[in-house]
Amino acid sequence: MPLLKFSGNRLYPAVEEAKNEVTLDEWRANRFAHADATALVVPNDADISDIGADVSGFSAIILEFPAFKDGRAYSQARLLRERFGFAGEIRARGAVLRDQLFFMKRCGFDAFEFSGPNADAAAGAMHEFSFAYQGAADDYDPVWRRRLSRAAAA
Amino acid sequence: MYRYDEFDATMVAERVRQFRGQVERRLSGDLSEEEFKPLRLMNGLYLQLHAYMLRVAIPYGTLSSAQMRALAEAARKYDKGYAHFTTRQNLQYNWPALVDVPDLLDDLAKVEMHAIQTSGNCIRNVTSDQYAGAAEGEVEDPRIWCEVIRQWSTFHPEFSFLPRKFKIAVTASDHDRAAIKVHDIGLRLHKNDQGEAGFEVIVGGGLGRTPYIGHTIREFLPKRHLLSYLEAILRVYNLQGRRDNAYKARIKILVNATGGDDFAGLVEEEWSKIDKKEIDLPAEEIARIEDYFAPPAFEALSADSEAFEQKRKEDQAFDRWARLNTHAHKAPGYAIVNISLKPISGIPGDATDKEMDAVAAIAEQYSFDEVRVTHEQNLVLPHVRKDNLYTVYKALDAAGLATANIGLVSDIIACPGLDYCSLANTRSIPIAQRISERFADLGQQEDIGELKIKISGCINACGHHHVGHIGILGVDKKGEEFYQITLGGSGAEDASIGEIAGRGLSSDEVVDAVEKLVEFYRQHRQGGERFLDAYRRLGADKFKEALYAAA
Ligand code: SF4
Repeated sequence: MPLLKFSGNRLYPAVEEAKNEVTLDEWRANRFAHADATALVVPNDADISDIGADVSGFSAIILEFPAFKDGRAYSQARLLRERFGFAGEIRARGAVLRDQLFFMKRCGFDAFEFSGPNADAAAGAMHEFSFAYQGAADDYDPVWRRRLSRAAAA
Repeated sequence: MYRYDEFDATMVAERVRQFRGQVERRLSGDLSEEEFKPLRLMNGLYLQLHAYMLRVAIPYGTLSSAQMRALAEAARKYDKGYAHFTTRQNLQYNWPALVDVPDLLDDLAKVEMHAIQTSGNCIRNVTSDQYAGAAEGEVEDPRIWCEVIRQWSTFHPEFSFLPRKFKIAVTASDHDRAAIKVHDIGLRLHKNDQGEAGFEVIVGGGLGRTPYIGHTIREFLPKRHLLSYLEAILRVYNLQGRRDNAYKARIKILVNATGGDDFAGLVEEEWSKIDKKEIDLPAEEIARIEDYFAPPAFEALSADSEAFEQKRKEDQAFDRWARLNTHAHKAPGYAIVNISLKPISGIPGDATDKEMDAVAAIAEQYSFDEVRVTHEQNLVLPHVRKDNLYTVYKALDAAGLATANIGLVSDIIACPGLDYCSLANTRSIPIAQRISERFADLGQQEDIGELKIKISGCINACGHHHVGHIGILGVDKKGEEFYQITLGGSGAEDASIGEIAGRGLSSDEVVDAVEKLVEFYRQHRQGGERFLDAYRRLGADKFKEALYAAA
């Protein structure tokens, strides 16, 4: 499973460094037993409305796509970034295909356990759209804001 | 009408380029059909019984003449010379070749059209009142907000893989012509006691296997917060909607399992935490979009037109058409013209390239260059001078488009059914054709009055049978086509779900059954009572008796 990372506006193949994973349930059941864990695995049906206190010590959070059609983790990623201010790595695991990467990135994912064919060609998917209509967890300026600044400059 | 700026144009052009790449990968074998499926489904391309079907978005049902011509040209160039207008104000091509689809989309992009989000589990084309900006009694043009939603929902990164498809309808009138109570979200723009405009937010309506009338979760939402509030609803749904069973995945199931008021609580809580200034549009951007929907330059005319009244006296057929197919306009001296796409024995919603070209030409000359598509699969010329009605009528008649049956028994909604659809139990189109032939006499139809017949070829209810005054549902009984009748449904402001009348009927019996129901109504109606009113007054049992007594 090739690991891809996104940073500096570019998707590149990354070398996997060893992570000590713990699931959200295990972590909540016994934090002391998992004091050395570095990555928190959050299932996509977990209630994360009070996850703020849990995530601070982790360098990565792993969110799951059991099937490409199951889009719950998009909302989870945005909440982690925008509501809980998580600044570490958010990694996509499961059905992670080329044509979902752009949406994932916009929601705050920056690492991908790529499960599709042709990982080398996947980078192109990040640059197929020059604009976005709506704000999300990335730094795309929504089109309405670009319109405003253009009108102000004119 | 909204016009693209370079941002909108770039988005659509880039989408076509992306899809062209995906089609090339499919044709070269890089993608299997299985891998290609989710990609084409993001772009309105279905694999039907006999061929690919492409669904083109007609945002909130508004078209310019140039767009209508481009749709006609594509029907000629890439299809068999016709296309089909759907109940969601969209258009479908039934026979395009896969290799041609990117070119077809390129042609449409030139007139600011696309197939984005016309399929898949995402936010679909937003629908609206076909009389928007033309009928009396509107708070403002609802299409302003449809366009706001269109932009926000296009390629929404969080809401492109929802549990199920998601449909939003907007109206700004007390008269509901957009069936807002049977949508995932229905928005009704109205004024509060302080005279401010805001939305009633209705969630969880829908048809299909488990029909529901939507639940109002908020009586009044200030307009400027529309997008953040929608974002809150969609997030609750995306996280909590069921994904284990496609039939239980629509938001209506979540709303009903949670309870309407508790669901409202979840939405309000999420909304309270959303950073609204990042989502809601600033006043300048709303004003920019608003400008595009400023009313056209109506002339100052007197309310009545002598020429029009004179022609009505001279030409009986015109008089009937004017009575049935036109509607009052808010500007004095103007009328709204309905074009029926339900000629006797025709296929509901189908139009040939020539018909589309004719409509485009008439709209260009007589209706400020604008055409609308209705959810009842007809077309509308929104702004026609009464002085010109006779000329318009003659031109429509010459094109075979002047059937005077709007709202009558032969103005039938029918889904594509077994003639095209791979999910169908039964055919729908031939039933519609035979009913319309049975009631071919237009004078008789007018005497029967408003009667909405809606036909679906399976429980997915694309033909909206649940909200038909008479609904007809195709069921499969040991490999044979059977039809179940429902009675008393309505998709308008008096929305209700029809009740099943009794045992299923064979395709031979079903047309007789409709006739029996109509006969019973005619014998028992009081005053100007519609079929639906009589049904509600007399009760289901009487009609069931009439339906099954002699059978
Ligand atoms: S109602 Fe059923 S048969 Fe008709 S178009 Fe929908 S899915 Fe197909």
